[in-house]
Amino acid sequence: MFDVRPVDTDYVRHRAAQFRAQVDRRLDGSLTEDEFRPLRLMNGVYLQLHAYMLRVAIPYGTISPDQMRMLAHLARNYDKGYGHWTTRQNIQFNWPKLVDIPDMLDHLASVGMHAIQTSGNTIRNVTTDAFAGAAPDEIADPRPYAELLRSWSTDHAEFQFLPRKFKIAISGGAKDRAIVSAHDIGLRLVEQDGKPGFEVWVGGGLGRTPLLGQVIRDFLPEEDLLPYIEAIIATYNLTGRRDNKYKARIKITVSERGLDVFRDEVEAEFINRRRDFHGADREALKIFRDRFAAPAFRNAPVEGYEQARAANPGFRSWTDTNLHPHKIDGYASVIVTFKAPGATPGDASADQMRLLADLAERYGHADLRVMHDQNVALPHVHKSDLPALYAALREAGLATANAGKTSDIIACPGMDYCTLATARSIPIAQEIAEHFRAAGLEDEIGNLNIRISGCINACGHHHLGHIGILGLDRAGVENYQITLGGDAYDIPAIGQRAGAGFPAEEVVPAIDRLLRAYLDIREDEGERFIDAYRRLGPAPFKAALYPEVAHA
Amino acid sequence: MSKAFTPSAAKPGVITANDLREGHNVWMCEDGWTADPAQATLFEDEAIAELALLKAIGQSNIVVGPYVVEARRGPEGPEPTHFREAFRQTGPSNYFHGIQAAKQAEASNV
Repeated sequence: MFDVRPVDTDYVRHRAAQFRAQVDRRLDGSLTEDEFRPLRLMNGVYLQLHAYMLRVAIPYGTISPDQMRMLAHLARNYDKGYGHWTTRQNIQFNWPKLVDIPDMLDHLASVGMHAIQTSGNTIRNVTTDAFAGAAPDEIADPRPYAELLRSWSTDHAEFQFLPRKFKIAISGGAKDRAIVSAHDIGLRLVEQDGKPGFEVWVGGGLGRTPLLGQVIRDFLPEEDLLPYIEAIIATYNLTGRRDNKYKARIKITVSERGLDVFRDEVEAEFINRRRDFHGADREALKIFRDRFAAPAFRNAPVEGYEQARAANPGFRSWTDTNLHPHKIDGYASVIVTFKAPGATPGDASADQMRLLADLAERYGHADLRVMHDQNVALPHVHKSDLPALYAALREAGLATANAGKTSDIIACPGMDYCTLATARSIPIAQEIAEHFRAAGLEDEIGNLNIRISGCINACGHHHLGHIGILGLDRAGVENYQITLGGDAYDIPAIGQRAGAGFPAEEVVPAIDRLLRAYLDIREDEGERFIDAYRRLGPAPFKAALYPEVAHA
Repeated sequence: MSKAFTPSAAKPGVITANDLREGHNVWMCEDGWTADPAQATLFEDEAIAELALLKAIGQSNIVVGPYVVEARRGPEGPEPTHFREAFRQTGPSNYFHGIQAAKQAEASNV
């Protein structure tokens, strides 16, 4: 488990004290809102539809039980009893008062947490695979690299005023669970001649211009990681557009200039930058590797696991759905979904957070991971502990066996919270989940990624959903466009718009028609929705969505 | 939703903002700011609304981001014409939080 160093804690305490003074000056009138706004954004404080929102970083999604308990404390004492996991491994509190936020930051600092660079045109939280250090297919644990990038990018003087925000993701191995293709920079750990390095992607992103990244380097040696990333961002900082915020992300820079031109500039910059790195970064990487040392795994028999599966259908269903393979025999990674019936996707109550902290200590080597799909994983659980873990989760309503299924929907906060949103996401997600559970179709449908965004900014990653839903304002009425064929993982793809949007009350019937058509036309039970879509193309699915057009 | 809305007799409007200290939504009323949108002043004259907005902008030690938004005259007071403003006047739809909860709490204390 990663240890926060005293120097880190001192630093975030200092930043919290700075912000307290800035809040005081705002409240006594010394600072105008125009002067204060960039300062609060530098500390993750937004003003949303109903209240302030504080976004707290959970670097690479790794969080200790004590840190989780602190989030629970903040939820209970400064919010309305809950927090919201985001798609970039952060947590958002929706109801803090500005006057309380300095105290919240002090509390966070006491456990080495903060909200630095969770907003603003700078390098945001570096994200990675939630099963880092546990997955059997990874080449190496990506978190030491993520921590290297976090340490390097925090308050990096050159990169505090980039043309737009900047997001980096790292995947540890063969299977991409960090969605590297949809980030400003995506890094995939690969091996060449027995040495680890990176396949470097650049220029991916969603929003109003969704683009998948392109490979700018097939193999970047590990020792060149920082100078090369610095060269990319420096090139973007100089050549990215600042005339139009909608064209300011690196995806537009790469797209407009062309990958080859951009690559040539990066490589030239890299040669210059490389001279400034004298190995301190590699020394730091060694230290980080030690700090991410694997826990003391138990070499014990898997007692009771198979018996419990045979005896308890609920447990069997949960283990079939919510476990991920582990690199150590006898272990599994457990996905705790926050998508129970009626739940708001990603919302966690203070009690749930405390319970997870306790369970991680009891059964999970004191390790927790916030997942990009708004769930939480316990990466290291011995299978003999799974029956007891399941029982505890079930009692708390956290044992829903739906990971990767219809109701495991990614939904942004939408117009229920977000000032940018043009329609709501949460009620649509809740209605879809309820409908397919009530219809008893969720298990039959199997793997399906539904993603919902309440506006064009695509925080719900609708472009990457097998079924994507985009909420818009059409003449003062909420309206929802459906996209099909997106994929975040296996074969990265941007979903294509199916046709005209639907009023809110027609979304569930439309998805119902779509999925019943899929069940009718799939080859067999093993053919997932996305596989059937790829095999058959959009026509039969569009016909199901728009039967009146099909029969016209 | 346009933040540059100009009220008129045919399309009146209210001035709304967020409370600086606590962040909650407020509306300009006769004697300052209120958390009850039904108490908001309904502006039907562009020039008067513009002056009121300038006054609101000058109260940056009280509120953040004031703007004029369309509203209609209702039996209890001004009512929103757009769903975004309707959500601002209630609270989120997934929890009974925000103004809807504050109103209920206030009513139960009376």
